[in-house]
Amino acid sequence: MRIPLNQLAFARPGDKGNDSDVTVFARSQEAYDHLVATLTADVVKAHYGDLVEGEVTRWEVPKVWALKFLLRDALAGGGPASLRADNLGKALAGGVLRLEIDVPAELVTQHPALQVPVDPYSSCDWRVVAPGRSG
Amino acid sequence: MVLGDDLKGTPDLIPGDFGDPADLEFANAYLGVPGIVEALERGADVVITGRVADAALFLAPLVHEHGWTVPATAQADVDRLAAGTVVGHLLECSGQSTGGNNAAEWWTVPEPWRYGFPLADVTADGTAEIFKPEVAGGRVDFDSVRQQLLYEVGDPTRYLTPDVVVDMTSVRLTDVGGDRVRVTEVTGEPATGSYKAVAAATDGYAADASFAFGWPDAPAKARAAADIARKRIEQAGIELLDWHVELFGVNALHGPAAPADPDPAEVVLRLAWKTADRDAAGTAARQIIPMALSAPVPGLTPANRARPRPSSLLKIHTGLVDAAAVDPARRVIVEKL
Repeated sequence: MRIPLNQLAFARPGDKGNDSDVTVFARSQEAYDHLVATLTADVVKAHYGDLVEGEVTRWEVPKVWALKFLLRDALAGGGPASLRADNLGKALAGGVLRLEIDVPAELVTQHPALQVPVDPYSSCDWRVVAPGRSG
Repeated sequence: MVLGDDLKGTPDLIPGDFGDPADLEFANAYLGVPGIVEALERGADVVITGRVADAALFLAPLVHEHGWTVPATAQADVDRLAAGTVVGHLLECSGQSTGGNNAAEWWTVPEPWRYGFPLADVTADGTAEIFKPEVAGGRVDFDSVRQQLLYEVGDPTRYLTPDVVVDMTSVRLTDVGGDRVRVTEVTGEPATGSYKAVAAATDGYAADASFAFGWPDAPAKARAAADIARKRIEQAGIELLDWHVELFGVNALHGPAAPADPDPAEVVLRLAWKTADRDAAGTAARQIIPMALSAPVPGLTPANRARPRPSSLLKIHTGLVDAAAVDPARRVIVEKL
Protein backbone atom coordinates (compact mmCIF):
# COMPACT_ATOMS: atom_id res chain seq x y z
CA MET A 1 0.00 0.00 0.00
CA ARG A 2 1.05 3.56 -0.63
CA ILE A 3 0.07 6.16 1.97
CA PRO A 4 1.14 9.70 2.84
CA LEU A 5 3.76 9.95 5.58
CA ASN A 6 1.20 12.04 7.50
CA GLN A 7 -0.57 8.83 8.44
CA LEU A 8 2.48 7.36 10.16
CA ALA A 9 4.11 10.46 11.63
CA PHE A 10 3.93 14.14 12.45
CA ALA A 11 6.75 16.66 12.18
CA ARG A 12 8.03 19.84 13.79
CA PRO A 13 10.49 22.22 12.09
CA GLY A 14 12.95 24.64 13.59
CA ASP A 15 15.62 26.92 12.15
CA LYS A 16 19.26 27.79 12.65
CA GLY A 17 20.45 30.49 10.29
CA ASN A 18 19.77 29.34 6.74
CA ASP A 19 19.23 25.69 7.76
CA SER A 20 15.89 24.09 8.53
CA ASP A 21 15.85 21.45 11.24
CA VAL A 22 12.91 19.08 10.67
CA THR A 23 12.10 16.24 13.04
CA VAL A 24 9.72 13.47 11.95
CA PHE A 25 8.00 11.72 14.89
CA ALA A 26 6.60 8.24 14.21
CA ARG A 27 3.25 7.46 15.79
CA SER A 28 4.35 3.95 16.90
CA GLN A 29 7.41 1.73 17.28
CA GLU A 30 6.36 -0.21 14.16
CA ALA A 31 5.96 3.00 12.16
CA TYR A 32 9.39 4.16 13.38
CA ASP A 33 11.07 0.91 12.34
CA HIS A 34 9.54 1.20 8.89
CA LEU A 35 10.56 4.84 8.49
CA VAL A 36 14.15 4.11 9.54
CA ALA A 37 14.31 1.74 6.57
CA THR A 38 12.48 3.92 4.03
CA LEU A 39 12.63 7.62 4.89
CA THR A 40 16.24 8.29 3.94
CA ALA A 41 17.98 11.65 3.63
CA ASP A 42 18.03 11.19 -0.16
CA VAL A 43 14.25 10.63 -0.29
CA VAL A 44 13.61 13.77 1.75
CA LYS A 45 16.08 15.83 -0.29
CA ALA A 46 14.41 14.77 -3.56
CA HIS A 47 10.94 15.49 -2.19
CA TYR A 48 11.74 19.11 -1.29
CA GLY A 49 13.40 19.72 -4.67
CA ASP A 50 14.96 23.15 -5.16
CA LEU A 51 13.44 24.47 -1.93
CA VAL A 52 16.45 22.89 -0.21
CA GLU A 53 19.65 24.06 -1.87
CA GLY A 54 22.12 22.18 0.34
CA GLU A 55 22.66 18.70 1.71
CA VAL A 56 20.22 16.78 3.89
CA THR A 57 21.57 14.84 6.88
CA ARG A 58 19.56 12.32 8.94
CA TRP A 59 19.98 11.12 12.53
CA GLU A 60 18.00 8.35 14.26
CA VAL A 61 16.56 8.94 17.73
CA PRO A 62 14.98 5.57 18.58
CA LYS A 63 14.02 6.28 22.21
CA VAL A 64 11.44 8.83 21.07
CA TRP A 65 10.70 7.25 17.64
CA ALA A 66 12.14 10.23 15.79
CA LEU A 67 14.18 10.93 12.69
CA LYS A 68 16.00 14.27 12.65
CA PHE A 69 16.69 15.87 9.26
CA LEU A 70 18.99 18.88 8.88
CA LEU A 71 18.19 20.67 5.60
CA ARG A 72 21.11 22.91 4.66
CA ASP A 73 20.47 26.23 2.88
CA ALA A 74 16.72 25.75 2.91
CA LEU A 75 15.42 29.17 3.99
CA ALA A 76 16.47 31.53 1.17
CA GLY A 77 19.01 33.19 3.45
CA GLY A 78 17.21 32.50 6.71
CA GLY A 79 15.58 34.63 9.40
CA PRO A 80 16.15 38.35 8.94
CA ALA A 81 17.92 37.90 5.58
CA SER A 82 15.17 35.94 3.78
CA LEU A 83 12.53 37.37 1.44
CA ARG A 84 10.27 34.35 2.01
CA ALA A 85 7.11 34.90 4.05
CA ASP A 86 8.00 31.69 5.89
CA ASN A 87 11.52 32.94 6.56
CA LEU A 88 11.92 30.60 9.56
CA GLY A 89 10.45 27.55 7.81
CA LYS A 90 7.68 27.22 10.41
CA ALA A 91 5.44 25.53 7.82
CA LEU A 92 8.23 23.58 6.12
CA ALA A 93 7.83 20.34 8.07
CA GLY A 94 4.28 19.84 6.79
CA GLY A 95 5.71 19.45 3.30
CA VAL A 96 7.51 16.23 4.14
CA LEU A 97 4.27 14.70 5.44
CA ARG A 98 2.92 14.68 1.87
CA LEU A 99 5.55 12.12 0.91
CA GLU A 100 3.89 8.94 -0.36
CA ILE A 101 5.60 5.85 1.03
CA ASP A 102 5.15 2.13 0.45
CA VAL A 103 4.02 0.30 3.59
CA PRO A 104 2.90 -3.23 4.32
CA ALA A 105 -0.91 -3.38 4.69
CA GLU A 106 -0.67 -4.64 8.26
CA LEU A 107 1.14 -1.48 9.36
CA VAL A 108 -1.96 0.54 8.58
CA THR A 109 -4.58 -1.96 9.68
CA GLN A 110 -2.84 -3.08 12.89
CA HIS A 111 -2.54 0.46 14.27
CA PRO A 112 -5.86 2.25 14.57
CA ALA A 113 -4.04 5.13 16.28
CA LEU A 114 -2.73 6.04 12.84
CA GLN A 115 -6.21 7.17 11.74
CA VAL A 116 -6.60 10.95 11.66
CA PRO A 117 -9.81 12.95 11.11
CA VAL A 118 -10.41 14.23 7.58
CA ASP A 119 -11.15 17.67 9.07
CA PRO A 120 -9.56 18.01 12.53
CA TYR A 121 -11.18 21.42 13.12
CA SER A 122 -14.67 19.93 12.97
CA SER A 123 -13.68 17.53 15.75
CA CYS A 124 -12.42 20.19 18.20
CA ASP A 125 -14.54 20.18 21.34
CA TRP A 126 -13.64 23.81 22.09
CA ARG A 127 -14.68 25.57 18.87
CA VAL A 128 -15.29 29.24 19.59
CA VAL A 129 -18.20 31.25 18.24
CA ALA A 130 -17.00 34.83 18.49
CA PRO A 131 -18.24 38.15 17.09
CA GLY A 132 -17.10 38.95 13.57
CA ARG A 133 -16.90 36.97 10.37
CA SER A 134 -14.51 34.21 9.49
CA GLY A 135 -14.15 31.24 7.21
CA MET B 1 23.81 41.58 36.27
CA VAL B 2 26.10 39.44 34.11
CA LEU B 3 28.21 41.16 31.46
CA GLY B 4 30.92 39.90 29.15
CA ASP B 5 29.02 38.53 26.16
CA ASP B 6 29.53 41.63 23.99
CA LEU B 7 32.35 41.07 21.48
CA LYS B 8 32.15 44.52 19.86
CA GLY B 9 34.60 45.80 22.46
CA THR B 10 37.12 43.05 21.64
CA PRO B 11 37.13 42.97 17.81
CA ASP B 12 40.19 40.70 17.80
CA LEU B 13 37.96 37.90 19.13
CA ILE B 14 35.38 38.23 16.33
CA PRO B 15 35.86 35.49 13.71
CA GLY B 16 37.47 36.83 10.54
CA ASP B 17 34.69 35.61 8.24
CA PHE B 18 32.17 37.89 9.98
CA GLY B 19 33.53 40.80 7.91
CA ASP B 20 34.70 44.18 9.19
CA PRO B 21 33.77 44.35 12.91
CA ALA B 22 32.92 48.05 12.42
CA ASP B 23 30.05 47.05 10.09
CA LEU B 24 28.40 44.75 12.64
CA GLU B 25 25.21 45.91 14.37
CA PHE B 26 26.04 43.57 17.23
CA ALA B 27 28.42 40.71 18.01
CA ASN B 28 27.96 38.47 21.03
CA ALA B 29 29.15 35.23 22.51
CA TYR B 30 26.63 32.83 24.04
CA LEU B 31 27.85 32.49 27.63
CA GLY B 32 27.10 29.59 29.93
CA VAL B 33 26.06 29.34 33.57
CA PRO B 34 29.09 30.56 35.62
CA GLY B 35 28.13 34.26 35.67
CA ILE B 36 24.51 33.52 36.63
CA VAL B 37 25.61 31.03 39.29
CA GLU B 38 27.98 33.60 40.77
CA ALA B 39 25.17 36.18 40.91
CA LEU B 40 22.90 33.67 42.68
CA GLU B 41 25.65 32.76 45.14
CA ARG B 42 26.08 36.44 45.94
CA GLY B 43 22.42 36.67 46.84
CA ALA B 44 20.79 38.00 43.68
CA ASP B 45 17.00 37.56 43.50
CA VAL B 46 16.79 38.70 39.88
CA VAL B 47 19.58 38.14 37.35
CA ILE B 48 19.81 40.17 34.15
CA THR B 49 22.26 38.81 31.60
CA GLY B 50 23.54 39.64 28.17
CA ARG B 51 23.41 36.84 25.64
CA VAL B 52 23.57 33.38 27.22
CA ALA B 53 22.59 29.95 25.95
CA ASP B 54 18.81 29.67 26.49
CA ALA B 55 19.13 26.52 28.59
CA ALA B 56 21.69 28.23 30.86
CA LEU B 57 18.87 30.30 32.38
CA PHE B 58 17.48 27.07 33.84
CA LEU B 59 20.68 25.10 34.36
CA ALA B 60 22.22 27.88 36.48
CA PRO B 61 19.66 27.75 39.33
CA LEU B 62 19.96 23.92 39.32
CA VAL B 63 23.75 24.18 39.64
CA HIS B 64 23.28 26.71 42.43
CA GLU B 65 20.62 24.79 44.38
CA HIS B 66 22.09 21.30 43.97
CA GLY B 67 25.77 22.28 44.14
CA TRP B 68 26.62 20.68 40.80
CA THR B 69 30.19 21.01 39.47
CA VAL B 70 30.91 23.47 36.64
CA PRO B 71 32.94 23.02 34.52
CA ALA B 72 32.57 19.26 34.73
CA THR B 73 34.99 16.56 33.60
CA ALA B 74 34.00 13.51 35.70
CA GLN B 75 31.30 11.59 33.83
CA ALA B 76 28.73 11.74 36.64
CA ASP B 77 29.12 15.53 36.86
CA VAL B 78 28.93 15.88 33.09
CA ASP B 79 25.76 13.79 32.92
CA ARG B 80 24.08 15.91 35.59
CA LEU B 81 24.87 19.07 33.62
CA ALA B 82 23.52 17.35 30.52
CA ALA B 83 20.34 16.44 32.39
CA GLY B 84 19.94 20.01 33.63
CA THR B 85 20.51 21.31 30.12
CA VAL B 86 17.79 19.01 28.76
CA VAL B 87 15.44 20.41 31.42
CA GLY B 88 16.43 23.94 30.35
CA HIS B 89 15.88 23.07 26.69
CA LEU B 90 12.41 21.70 27.52
CA LEU B 91 11.45 24.80 29.53
CA GLU B 92 12.97 27.63 27.51
CA CYS B 93 10.57 27.84 24.58
CA SER B 94 7.35 29.33 26.01
CA GLY B 95 4.46 26.90 25.53
CA GLN B 96 6.21 24.51 23.17
CA SER B 97 6.42 21.75 25.82
CA THR B 98 2.87 22.32 27.05
CA GLY B 99 1.09 21.64 23.78
CA GLY B 100 2.07 24.71 21.75
CA ASN B 101 3.11 24.48 18.10
CA ASN B 102 1.84 20.94 18.35
CA ALA B 103 2.04 18.83 15.20
CA ALA B 104 0.53 15.83 16.99
CA GLU B 105 -3.22 15.78 17.69
CA TRP B 106 -3.40 19.58 18.14
CA TRP B 107 -7.19 19.60 17.89
CA THR B 108 -7.47 17.60 21.13
CA VAL B 109 -5.46 19.98 23.37
CA PRO B 110 -7.73 21.36 26.12
CA GLU B 111 -8.32 25.07 26.79
CA PRO B 112 -5.88 26.27 24.14
CA TRP B 113 -6.58 29.96 24.84
CA ARG B 114 -4.81 29.93 28.21
CA TYR B 115 -1.56 28.07 27.94
CA GLY B 116 0.88 27.94 30.83
CA PHE B 117 4.61 27.67 30.46
CA PRO B 118 6.21 24.36 31.49
CA LEU B 119 7.66 23.69 34.93
CA ALA B 120 10.08 21.01 36.16
CA ASP B 121 10.84 19.17 39.38
CA VAL B 122 14.53 18.28 39.26
CA THR B 123 16.27 16.15 41.87
CA ALA B 124 19.94 16.40 42.79
CA ASP B 125 20.80 13.41 40.58
CA GLY B 126 19.32 15.15 37.50
CA THR B 127 16.13 13.11 37.22
CA ALA B 128 13.30 15.43 36.24
CA GLU B 129 9.57 15.63 35.70
CA ILE B 130 8.10 18.18 33.30
CA PHE B 131 4.59 19.45 34.11
CA LYS B 132 2.35 22.49 33.74
CA PRO B 133 0.41 24.72 36.12
CA GLU B 134 -2.83 22.95 37.03
CA VAL B 135 -4.90 26.04 36.31
CA ALA B 136 -3.49 26.40 32.80
CA GLY B 137 -4.75 24.83 29.59
CA GLY B 138 -2.55 22.93 27.20
CA ARG B 139 -1.09 19.47 27.65
CA VAL B 140 2.15 17.82 28.75
CA ASP B 141 2.55 14.34 27.29
CA PHE B 142 5.02 12.17 25.40
CA ASP B 143 4.21 13.92 22.13
CA SER B 144 4.42 17.51 23.41
CA VAL B 145 7.72 16.88 25.20
CA ARG B 146 9.44 14.81 22.49
CA GLN B 147 8.72 17.56 19.95
CA GLN B 148 10.52 20.10 22.12
CA LEU B 149 13.34 17.69 23.05
CA LEU B 150 14.64 17.71 19.47
CA TYR B 151 13.61 21.26 18.56
CA GLU B 152 16.40 23.13 16.76
CA VAL B 153 19.20 20.97 18.19
CA GLY B 154 20.91 20.10 14.90
CA ASP B 155 23.02 16.95 15.40
CA PRO B 156 21.08 15.37 18.29
CA THR B 157 24.04 13.20 19.32
CA ARG B 158 26.11 16.32 20.06
CA TYR B 159 23.99 19.30 21.13
CA LEU B 160 26.66 21.90 21.83
CA THR B 161 26.18 24.29 24.72
CA PRO B 162 28.73 26.44 26.58
CA ASP B 163 28.54 24.18 29.64
CA VAL B 164 28.23 20.64 28.28
CA VAL B 165 27.67 18.62 25.10
CA VAL B 166 24.35 16.78 25.35
CA ASP B 167 23.44 13.51 23.66
CA MET B 168 19.73 14.06 23.02
CA THR B 169 19.44 10.50 21.70
CA SER B 170 20.23 9.21 25.21
CA VAL B 171 17.13 10.76 26.76
CA ARG B 172 14.25 8.57 27.89
CA LEU B 173 10.85 10.24 28.20
CA THR B 174 8.18 8.45 30.26
CA ASP B 175 4.62 9.73 30.20
CA VAL B 176 3.48 9.13 33.80
CA GLY B 177 0.01 10.63 33.28
CA GLY B 178 -1.58 13.69 34.85
CA ASP B 179 0.26 16.03 32.46
CA ARG B 180 3.66 14.86 33.72
CA VAL B 181 6.57 13.44 31.73
CA ARG B 182 9.65 11.96 33.42
CA VAL B 183 13.09 12.68 31.92
CA THR B 184 15.87 10.17 32.66
CA GLU B 185 19.05 8.48 31.31
CA VAL B 186 20.59 11.73 30.00
CA THR B 187 24.27 11.55 29.12
CA GLY B 188 26.77 14.04 27.74
CA GLU B 189 30.37 14.95 27.16
CA PRO B 190 32.48 17.77 28.63
CA ALA B 191 32.09 21.23 27.08
CA THR B 192 34.23 21.90 24.02
CA GLY B 193 35.92 25.07 25.28
CA SER B 194 34.28 27.16 22.56
CA TYR B 195 31.37 29.58 22.69
CA LYS B 196 29.02 30.14 19.81
CA ALA B 197 29.28 33.69 18.50
CA VAL B 198 26.56 35.52 16.60
CA ALA B 199 26.71 38.86 14.79
CA ALA B 200 24.66 40.75 12.25
CA ALA B 201 25.27 43.38 9.61
CA THR B 202 22.66 45.42 7.72
CA ASP B 203 22.32 43.94 4.25
CA GLY B 204 20.04 46.12 2.11
CA TYR B 205 16.32 46.76 2.40
CA ALA B 206 13.20 44.81 1.58
CA ALA B 207 9.50 45.42 1.08
CA ASP B 208 6.67 43.14 0.09
CA ALA B 209 3.11 43.32 -1.24
CA SER B 210 0.34 40.74 -1.53
CA PHE B 211 -2.57 40.47 -3.97
CA ALA B 212 -5.44 38.01 -4.14
CA PHE B 213 -6.82 36.41 -7.31
CA GLY B 214 -9.93 34.30 -7.69
CA TRP B 215 -10.97 31.44 -9.98
CA PRO B 216 -10.76 30.90 -12.93
CA ASP B 217 -7.05 30.50 -13.62
CA ALA B 218 -6.05 32.06 -10.30
CA PRO B 219 -2.41 30.79 -10.33
CA ALA B 220 -1.92 31.90 -13.94
CA LYS B 221 -3.24 35.37 -13.17
CA ALA B 222 -0.95 35.62 -10.15
CA ARG B 223 2.13 34.56 -12.13
CA ALA B 224 1.30 36.97 -14.95
CA ALA B 225 0.83 39.83 -12.48
CA ALA B 226 4.24 39.04 -10.97
CA ASP B 227 5.92 39.22 -14.37
CA ILE B 228 4.23 42.52 -15.25
CA ALA B 229 5.15 44.00 -11.87
CA ARG B 230 8.78 42.96 -12.36
CA LYS B 231 8.85 44.59 -15.80
CA ARG B 232 7.25 47.82 -14.52
CA ILE B 233 9.81 48.10 -11.71
CA GLU B 234 12.66 47.55 -14.17
CA GLN B 235 11.13 50.14 -16.54
CA ALA B 236 11.08 52.67 -13.69
CA GLY B 237 14.85 52.29 -13.41
CA ILE B 238 14.84 50.68 -9.98
CA GLU B 239 17.63 48.19 -9.43
CA LEU B 240 16.50 45.09 -7.55
CA LEU B 241 19.11 43.00 -5.74
CA ASP B 242 16.63 40.15 -5.26
CA TRP B 243 13.05 39.37 -6.32
CA HIS B 244 10.85 36.73 -4.72
CA VAL B 245 7.49 35.44 -6.00
CA GLU B 246 5.33 33.07 -3.97
CA LEU B 247 1.75 31.90 -4.45
CA PHE B 248 -0.20 31.11 -1.27
CA GLY B 249 -2.65 28.38 -2.15
CA VAL B 250 -0.14 26.85 -4.54
CA ASN B 251 3.47 26.60 -3.37
CA ALA B 252 4.43 29.43 -0.97
CA LEU B 253 5.04 27.13 1.99
CA HIS B 254 6.03 23.77 0.51
CA GLY B 255 7.54 24.67 -2.87
CA PRO B 256 8.06 21.64 -5.08
CA ALA B 257 6.78 19.35 -2.29
CA ALA B 258 3.26 20.68 -2.97
CA PRO B 259 1.18 19.14 -5.79
CA ALA B 260 1.94 20.60 -9.22
CA ASP B 261 -0.75 22.47 -11.17
CA PRO B 262 -3.59 22.74 -8.66
CA ASP B 263 -6.75 24.65 -9.62
CA PRO B 264 -7.51 26.47 -6.36
CA ALA B 265 -10.58 28.65 -5.79
CA GLU B 266 -8.25 31.54 -4.97
CA VAL B 267 -4.60 32.33 -4.45
CA VAL B 268 -2.64 35.10 -2.78
CA LEU B 269 0.38 36.35 -4.68
CA ARG B 270 3.16 37.69 -2.49
CA LEU B 271 5.96 39.68 -4.06
CA ALA B 272 9.06 40.60 -2.08
CA TRP B 273 12.13 42.46 -3.24
CA LYS B 274 15.48 43.66 -2.02
CA THR B 275 17.16 46.98 -2.82
CA ALA B 276 20.35 48.70 -1.75
CA ASP B 277 18.56 51.66 -0.15
CA ARG B 278 15.30 52.16 1.68
CA ASP B 279 13.69 54.63 -0.75
CA ALA B 280 14.08 52.31 -3.74
CA ALA B 281 12.22 49.55 -1.90
CA GLY B 282 9.25 51.89 -1.40
CA THR B 283 9.35 53.30 -4.95
CA ALA B 284 9.19 49.77 -6.34
CA ALA B 285 5.91 49.20 -4.50
CA ARG B 286 4.37 52.21 -6.19
CA GLN B 287 4.94 50.65 -9.62
CA ILE B 288 2.54 47.83 -8.77
CA ILE B 289 -0.53 49.75 -7.53
CA PRO B 290 -1.65 51.04 -11.00
CA MET B 291 -1.86 47.45 -12.22
CA ALA B 292 -5.30 47.05 -10.64
CA LEU B 293 -6.77 49.12 -13.46
CA SER B 294 -3.98 49.31 -16.03
CA ALA B 295 -2.86 45.73 -16.57
CA PRO B 296 -4.76 42.95 -18.33
CA VAL B 297 -4.94 40.57 -15.36
CA PRO B 298 -8.53 40.81 -14.06
CA GLY B 299 -9.49 41.12 -10.44
CA LEU B 300 -6.19 42.11 -8.84
CA THR B 301 -7.16 42.63 -5.19
CA PRO B 302 -4.84 44.03 -2.52
CA ALA B 303 -4.67 41.49 0.30
CA ASN B 304 -3.62 44.08 2.90
CA ARG B 305 -4.97 47.48 3.88
CA ALA B 306 -1.59 49.07 4.51
CA ARG B 307 0.91 50.18 1.88
CA PRO B 308 4.21 48.24 1.80
CA ARG B 309 6.76 49.58 4.31
CA PRO B 310 10.45 48.98 3.63
CA SER B 311 12.54 47.44 6.40
CA SER B 312 16.20 46.52 6.68
CA LEU B 313 17.53 43.02 6.08
CA LEU B 314 20.17 41.60 8.40
CA LYS B 315 22.86 39.17 7.43
CA ILE B 316 23.57 36.88 10.38
CA HIS B 317 27.02 35.44 11.01
CA THR B 318 27.65 32.55 13.37
CA GLY B 319 30.89 30.90 14.39
CA LEU B 320 32.95 29.73 17.34
CA VAL B 321 35.18 31.72 19.68
CA ASP B 322 37.67 30.50 22.27
CA ALA B 323 35.86 30.53 25.63
CA ALA B 324 39.07 31.11 27.56
CA ALA B 325 39.65 34.32 25.60
CA VAL B 326 36.11 35.61 26.23
CA ASP B 327 35.84 34.72 29.93
CA PRO B 328 38.23 37.40 31.29
CA ALA B 329 35.69 40.06 30.21
CA ARG B 330 32.92 38.50 32.32
CA ARG B 331 31.73 40.74 35.14
CA VAL B 332 29.04 40.05 37.71
CA ILE B 333 27.51 43.08 39.39
CA VAL B 334 25.20 42.55 42.35
CA GLU B 335 23.34 45.58 43.69
CA LYS B 336 20.68 45.98 46.34
CA LEU B 337 17.81 48.08 44.97
